[in-house]
Amino acid sequence: MINIVFFAALREQLDCAQLSIAAEDVKTVADIKQLLSDKSEKWQQTFSNASLLSAVNHDMVNAEHRVKSGDEVAFFPPVTGG
Amino acid sequence: MPVNSEILMNNNIEQQEISIQNEDFSLAEEVALLEHDNLTDGAVVTFTGRVRNNNNGNIVTTLTLEHYPGMTEKSLAKIIIEAKERWNIGRVKVIHRIGELTIGDQIVFVGVTSKHRQDAFAANEFIMDYLKVSAPFWKKERINHNGETSENWLDAKTTDTDKADLWG
Repeated sequence: MINIVFFAALREQLDCAQLSIAAEDVKTVADIKQLLSDKSEKWQQTFSNASLLSAVNHDMVNAEHRVKSGDEVAFFPPVTGG
Repeated sequence: MPVNSEILMNNNIEQQEISIQNEDFSLAEEVALLEHDNLTDGAVVTFTGRVRNNNNGNIVTTLTLEHYPGMTEKSLAKIIIEAKERWNIGRVKVIHRIGELTIGDQIVFVGVTSKHRQDAFAANEFIMDYLKVSAPFWKKERINHNGETSENWLDAKTTDTDKADLWG
């Protein structure tokens, strides 16, 4: 399984903080985005936002990053701390 | 909050260097810790960020800070490691508060010591600049506009990205 977590405005838009998917369904972060986009129009709209950031196991990654079972994948808006 | 990421242990980043916390901090206490038994560093540079009462022309009443536990500590540790590689610095402390904050509250603290001032000044600014663009914190503000209260997630600023990019 791959655990997927969402933060901040993204979590609120999706009304979802986390979910799990089967690892064999996806190879990359881009595949996960596609899989999630296919859930509904709301998810598709949310994931069409080009400024969305992604992290795998707490490191920022790009869409081509490969994922495997046990990974934690996060999606979130650009950060605004400090 | 305990920092347990592998990267911290592998790079000897001490747990005491990073704190993500709800509670307030004391500038005087933090400076005292940076200086305690530290006879080699002549410079102590600190930055404190606070909640201001206005943003984009609106009156801000409260600010709520969310973060990504685990990734936050890891990203700050990476920034501190890089600062130590770039400059000859001694001690570093980064504190970031989370949860609901109100006007005038302290949000963030960065303290750096070094033998001479240039290294501490530069490293402190570098840490803040990178924290702004790479540490997973998000601010939601409650604003009062013409008597109406609303809540907004803040948008990231391109000026922050541009500033961080200047370090190369």
